[in-house]
Amino acid sequence: MENYGLINQLAQYLITGITVGSIYAIVGIGFNIIYNATEIINFAQGEFVMLGGLVMVTLVHTVHLPMPLAFLITIAIVTLVGLLMERLAIFPLKETSVMRLVIMTIALSILIKGLAMFVWGKNSFALKPFSGDTPLSLLGASIVPQTLWIIGITVLLVVLLSLFFGRTIIGKAMSACADNLEAASLVGINAQRMVMLSFMLSAGLGAVAGMIITPMALMEYDRGAMLALKGFGACILGGLGNFYGAVVAGILLGLIESYGAGLISSGYKDALALGALLLVLFIKPSGLLGSAEASKLKKF
Amino acid sequence: MGRRNLIGILFFSIFILLFPLVGRISAVSHYVDIMIFVGLTAMITMGLSLLMGYAGQISLGHAAFYGLGAYTSGILTAKYGINPWPALLAGIFLSAAVAVIVGSPSLKLRGHYLAMATLAFGEIIYIIFNETVSLTEGPDGFGNIPHLSIFGFKFESILANYYLVWAVAIIMLIFLLNIIHSRVGRALSSIHGSEIAAMTMGVNASRYKIQVFVISAAMASVAGSLYAHYVQFINPPVFDLFFSIKLLMMVIIGGMASVWGAIIGAALITFLPEWLLFLEDFDILAYGLVLLLIIIFLPKGLFSLPGILYRSVTPRLKSRS
Amino acid sequence: MGTGYNKTHNILVLADHLSHTKTIQFNEDMLMKKSILFVCVILLALILITPASICKAAEPYKIGAVFSVTGRTSFLGEPERNSAKMFEEQINAAGGINGHPIELIVYDTEGDATKAKNRIERLIRKDKVIAIIGPSLSGTTMAVIPVIEKAEIPFVSCAASIKIVQPVKKWVFKTPQTDTQAVEAIYLHMKKHGLTRTALLTANTGFGSSGRVQLKKLAPKMGINIVADEVFGPKDTSMTAQLTKIRGTDAQVIIGWTVGPTQVIMIKNWKQLGMDKKFRFYESHGFGSKRNIELAGGAAEGVYAPLGRVVVADILPADHPQRNFVLKYKNDYEKKFKAEVSTFGGHAWDAMAMVTMALKAVGPDKAKIRDYLENIKGFAGTGGVFNMSPQDHCGLDSGAFEMIVVKDGKWALTD
Repeated sequence: MENYGLINQLAQYLITGITVGSIYAIVGIGFNIIYNATEIINFAQGEFVMLGGLVMVTLVHTVHLPMPLAFLITIAIVTLVGLLMERLAIFPLKETSVMRLVIMTIALSILIKGLAMFVWGKNSFALKPFSGDTPLSLLGASIVPQTLWIIGITVLLVVLLSLFFGRTIIGKAMSACADNLEAASLVGINAQRMVMLSFMLSAGLGAVAGMIITPMALMEYDRGAMLALKGFGACILGGLGNFYGAVVAGILLGLIESYGAGLISSGYKDALALGALLLVLFIKPSGLLGSAEASKLKKF
Repeated sequence: MGRRNLIGILFFSIFILLFPLVGRISAVSHYVDIMIFVGLTAMITMGLSLLMGYAGQISLGHAAFYGLGAYTSGILTAKYGINPWPALLAGIFLSAAVAVIVGSPSLKLRGHYLAMATLAFGEIIYIIFNETVSLTEGPDGFGNIPHLSIFGFKFESILANYYLVWAVAIIMLIFLLNIIHSRVGRALSSIHGSEIAAMTMGVNASRYKIQVFVISAAMASVAGSLYAHYVQFINPPVFDLFFSIKLLMMVIIGGMASVWGAIIGAALITFLPEWLLFLEDFDILAYGLVLLLIIIFLPKGLFSLPGILYRSVTPRLKSRS
Repeated sequence: MGTGYNKTHNILVLADHLSHTKTIQFNEDMLMKKSILFVCVILLALILITPASICKAAEPYKIGAVFSVTGRTSFLGEPERNSAKMFEEQINAAGGINGHPIELIVYDTEGDATKAKNRIERLIRKDKVIAIIGPSLSGTTMAVIPVIEKAEIPFVSCAASIKIVQPVKKWVFKTPQTDTQAVEAIYLHMKKHGLTRTALLTANTGFGSSGRVQLKKLAPKMGINIVADEVFGPKDTSMTAQLTKIRGTDAQVIIGWTVGPTQVIMIKNWKQLGMDKKFRFYESHGFGSKRNIELAGGAAEGVYAPLGRVVVADILPADHPQRNFVLKYKNDYEKKFKAEVSTFGGHAWDAMAMVTMALKAVGPDKAKIRDYLENIKGFAGTGGVFNMSPQDHCGLDSGAFEMIVVKDGKWALTD
């Protein structure tokens, strides 16, 4: 046996947990942005992630664009998909129930998945890592550079988003709509525009998640649902609408899965994460960082 | 339960009785088999519509109760040689007990939190089906589940199973319509309207919610048992999250405000892939598109379609006469 | 549109008379009743929506097929569908069977047991096929076996599990090698190299779990010691945690059993963790696609896998009995579909070949086809040489695999 002790293993589980958790966190934030504007859970969120990965693969490996350019174009394309989705399918349904909108997003996710199957086929695709594939070593744990990209970009996104919501007019308007839609409309904020923006922003975020995870985990047309499920978990566990909550909860879920698989049972790792989520909800019905009072103002 | 529903049940029963005649038309002879699955699914969606439409609670975990029924029946009969009928009852009791345990804390949650909690519960049950290999044979699944039989008559043929399943479904329908038009039903819709208001009026909201949850779980469990005895083989993917989502979709597409809508929803979503088969690979797109159009143009679900048609026909009729 | 509209309307009017409702006034009560009637109308309308069957001059022999063409296991169903279609085309171009063209009717199961059952009923009742091939998965196959046995129709499955043909079922045959044979190939190879301690890394899917069961069952018989038994989900993004756990054991070998993206992710993780120097990696027989080598981006180097001969046709020795047959299939497939051939497509090809052989010999008689299938001897297909018997409805010997290692980004034979 090589000199590979428990400490090294624990360190490796930590890295794995944070990496996987970061992706859940970004997807979770995407859910929150749309929730705040509309009170709906967008089941097509995972489809944005899938599209992000696959569009990037095409731009880099087929069109041969340089990576940074491809990165930006991918965000633009997927954001456009978000915009179209809102204009064509969500906007026409105004004055309706939340349930109907949620079902609409399920129908949309089926449709987007179907379209992606025609464009890219059913195979998985790989994307070259952003900066090489030589692992670094930390406490005996090996870290691939892509891991650092994933964690770094997640941190950057959180910082940028808090600046956006705290410092810019549009961001503040969006937060106002999230807090109280009617009051926001009264002071002259165009709520419809904010819903549209929320879909675009959330689609763009999803695209980023897709692009950074593809070099590690490949991507194919039907990956979206599973990622959406985990992101939804993160967003609920953290407290609906609270994006710091989604970050904390996403990483927590990633860690539970990773340590659960390593120390308890890999077969039950997802059950452990979901069990923890249930436990939190039973003790604190509005999630880790969610406020019970704020959620009472919402219908959903 | 009202005259209109009585007449409805009468017509519907006649329809169900006569439907197997399509078996004589070669091109649609396999529809009787599909109708069995419509019946099984309708048992679950009817319960869900009571939970969603009347009590205003969502569930993304009902595939798990379907699975609990199927696995209890399957394991007890195929592996321990127990008679299917007590096994079916055992399934009901297990599902009801699980529904109480999960429902009591979960139904305190609201909206999406409740959706996530039921989803998590469903996934955990699904993982248990996969992982307890010694009992369930894991992802492989297991077969050799006997057909049901009563007084020496074996429900072996498609037709026999068809009548069995639909007889049970119609009994459930009558049972649900009775609930809806009783004090319990009125209490439920008051909870849907405003839980706080209902509670001030003395309605014990959480008790009613759990009761409905347990009833719908038990109905799903019966459907699962009947599935196991009809197909004679069970494996976990049939009872996964995507089936739960599909059930939810059926209820909403059919029209949440009525148990009848739940039946139409189950029928449409079960038959739709069958009609789209000729499109081959394009069926997934057509499927998504049909759902999209229904959601856009029929806000209250398919159940509201005749009303809309009627309203557009009446003026013309009047002008003609 | 017009007729449907009128029909609905007529039935509604009729219903009015039946229920003696005199009020024409629009009210909720009536609406409700209409709605309930509408349930019946919609369901009756199902009957009207059926495409008329097309009649041909020479009576074609109808063969049914069900594969998981879409859904999570489409990587099995798609090449199977393609192969079966290609077979149909080739045989019809060559004049059909005894003057009869064959008509292949393919339905998608989406890997779903319920749908598989519905589709099989449709093939038997509506399409009235003579024989059925597929489904792609062991689960969907097991779910339709009761229907097949009741309908007494010859059936050749394209799924791997040994449970399909053991115990023998009268009407059920299968073409793929069983997992047992792949496991045996790996264990024999390990022992030849003096390796006895292995860690298992399997997906919790039908494919993965069936492999896991066989790996655990055969290990004690063949003197192999399983020191770790880890599983993962089919859509997991990282197997690092499982591998890290394995790293802490004294395993010499890791056997990974899955298909789809995870078979690439796990070897990438294995390489990234620097575990490639200490642990030899065996993939299952599902690894046989050159795409996997590309996707792994160098991480596949040194990975072993027992592969069917379809995938490695071009590196087989010139005197190999299967070489010509297999190479022709491979070349035809890759030319026609511009996609790499896979072992899975071969299963459907073999099934078609056997069913048409039977049709040619005995004509469209289900019982005779079944008897013929049971007595097929020495048929060299893509999966190996088949010798069916009343005791063995698969008929492949254990030598159906070649042990392959990935070397310089290519498959290489190894001993």
